[in-house]
Amino acid sequence: MQTLIFRTAAPYLTGLMLMFSVFVLLRGHNEPGGGFTGGLIAASAFGIHGIAFGVPAVRRALNFHPMAIAGFGLFVAAVAGLPSLVFGVPFLTGLWSAPSFFGISVDLSTVMIFDIGVYLVVVGSFTSIALALEDREHD
Amino acid sequence: MAVQGEIIDKTAAMIAAPVPAADWLVIAPVLLPILAGAVLLMIRHSVRWHAVLSVAVLAVLVGANGLLLRRVLAEGPVSMTMGSWLPPFGISFTVDALGAVFSLTASIVAVCCCVSSVRDVDATGRRYGFYPFLLLMMAGVSGAFLTGDVFNLYVWFEVFLISSFGLLILGSEKSQIDGATKYAILNLVGTTLFLIATGYLYGTFGTLNMADLATKAGQIGDAAPLMTLASLFLLAFAMKAAAFPVNFWLPASYHTPPAITGALFGGLLTKVGIYALLRILVMIFAVEGVALAGVIGWVAVATMLLGALGALAQSDIRRIAGFLVISGVGTMLAGIALGGNGGLSGAIFYALHSMPALSALYLLGGLVRQRGGSFSLHQLSGLYGASPFLTLLAFIISLAVAGLPPGSGLWPKVMLVRAALDSGAWQIAAAILLSGFLATIALGRVFILAFWRTEIAGVQAVAGGSMSIMGCCAVVILTLAMLAMGVMPEPFVRVSGTAASGLLDASSYVRAVFPGGGGS
Amino acid sequence: MEAVLAILVGLFFAGGIYLMLSRHIIRILLGVVLFGNAVNLLIFTNGRVMRGVPPIIAEGLDVPAGAVANPLPQALILTAIVISFSFFAFLLVLAYRAYQQIGTDDTDGMRVAEPVADGLPPMGY
Repeated sequence: MQTLIFRTAAPYLTGLMLMFSVFVLLRGHNEPGGGFTGGLIAASAFGIHGIAFGVPAVRRALNFHPMAIAGFGLFVAAVAGLPSLVFGVPFLTGLWSAPSFFGISVDLSTVMIFDIGVYLVVVGSFTSIALALEDREHD
Repeated sequence: MAVQGEIIDKTAAMIAAPVPAADWLVIAPVLLPILAGAVLLMIRHSVRWHAVLSVAVLAVLVGANGLLLRRVLAEGPVSMTMGSWLPPFGISFTVDALGAVFSLTASIVAVCCCVSSVRDVDATGRRYGFYPFLLLMMAGVSGAFLTGDVFNLYVWFEVFLISSFGLLILGSEKSQIDGATKYAILNLVGTTLFLIATGYLYGTFGTLNMADLATKAGQIGDAAPLMTLASLFLLAFAMKAAAFPVNFWLPASYHTPPAITGALFGGLLTKVGIYALLRILVMIFAVEGVALAGVIGWVAVATMLLGALGALAQSDIRRIAGFLVISGVGTMLAGIALGGNGGLSGAIFYALHSMPALSALYLLGGLVRQRGGSFSLHQLSGLYGASPFLTLLAFIISLAVAGLPPGSGLWPKVMLVRAALDSGAWQIAAAILLSGFLATIALGRVFILAFWRTEIAGVQAVAGGSMSIMGCCAVVILTLAMLAMGVMPEPFVRVSGTAASGLLDASSYVRAVFPGGGGS
Repeated sequence: MEAVLAILVGLFFAGGIYLMLSRHIIRILLGVVLFGNAVNLLIFTNGRVMRGVPPIIAEGLDVPAGAVANPLPQALILTAIVISFSFFAFLLVLAYRAYQQIGTDDTDGMRVAEPVADGLPPMGY
């Protein structure tokens, strides 16, 4: 798949898909979307990058090992349930606050933190699987 | 939603009463290993910290499980429903004596395996994630023991299953890949069957909360195909527990990974299947479970005998251990088939004995390999002269696994045989005694060949090294635990009895989830 | 509607089980995937099918105004899809590794873990 067209388009495609994945992640707040879908989009973005430029390029671009990203996501998702302990409610209860930034009210919640965790778990684990399948020399 | 929160009356859907921090004990055995596993995944290159952190977290886990068990024994079942949604809408974690005592025993076994792995898992194994997988597997196993929701039980099954895949292929030897392929596919089919049954369960009852189901299953009567449902669950969990005739994945895979992984699997994973059978077939489908007792009884007889006969035919110590795991599964199934407080508490006590006993057996295999240089009975010899200490350990563990005094296997078998004779199930009593006899022969042969025989004619002696001290410590701890069970069985009998009566009369379990009475 | 879906589920199960009876790992895997999809459809059908009424509570109300589609089976299926998807990805890598290392995808030839010539243990000294 080392065609010129694909290699020229791939960086833009990757960037766009990553941006879109974050959009889908945050949209999942109140509408269809969410961490899992967003994470899959981001993982396929890295997959495309890997097809175009090879697996080492993706590993360099990611900086952290995909499994470390997944671990961080798992940690974030689990930690998102902990504030419940302080408020005397059961584990993983959604706690909301709506602070105002420059007059715009922004809904922030532990649910969103959990979703970001899910996003990172999916990005990490599926990128790692995709890279393992693309990596011909290593196997 | 948040902004207009005031106008919505949430009391009909949400839990309003504050949750005391002590209730978090219910979730701690799952949360701790998940958090620690995640941290270990993040610091995957600082392998020095992995072992230390894992042992520390698992030790804390033992403490949390101990506190949980103490509380459950003192106050009855404890429940916490995630996300403040009222049960049965939220996912409940409900802990009764059965779940707490299984979870405690599993964490003790895990900490021993972890201690023994400190020196034995090399840097490559650590970087590929031995400890994160171990912790996530423990999270799955604890979650399965503590959850009060059937679909959540399925999710925890998958969590420990996928971690066990990771552990199983660590090292990527040919035989491991081969074993893992069979293990993975057959277990996936098994859990898919579980999911099918769960789907029908939801279609029939409209709820998946165990306490809710336990209330409704008794009332629904003949209006639903409960027998079909119960049979599907039986098939799925029998596959998971490696009962005959769906046991072939276990002897094909459990001997391929390093001894520590085998110890974890052999000690813990099949017991989760047994636990799920107890929970679903005894507590929820009480009537159907009794009606299926005949089938379960013959399955148990076949599993016990074929496991023991399989152990007799093997020459690899780990494969002998694998077949003895199967034989033990048959013994626990026999208790489920017998039913009643006698049979069930026998099965539960046997599970409590079997977790440390089979783990110790696999770990012992690892030590024999270190000292004698091989797993094969064709090559091992003279270990008595080389290490009397190892011989003593092997002697006690063999007695315990075979069910002879002073080991821990004796009393649960006595309870089971008595329950079988009381209910006139002579074939089960005979099978328990016969399989114990065959297991004694199999283990006795290991002892005679590997330990007593001084030299082998015509075979080059395999050079052995020294045993790892941590490994010895772990086996000694497990052996002491088994001796304690064998010499002072009263507390274990009492706890098993409490757990069994909690299964037979689910009212206190239901009350913990629905304090106001009734279901949805 | 449920009847049609039930027949479809049955066909999926039949196809999945037929493929799983094959000796070749890759066909078994395809069978497992088909089997998993059949289960997802089964859960969906079990939640009773209702079209065109998303389970969204209108503003100002505490409960939905009328009957709505059941969201719970969809949540269950989503979880099951995620799990079966990751399992399939893992199994695919595993099968590929097995093919590379053992050199066959025929299950009859995969006897590395349980060698045929293992024989009985010694019967005496």
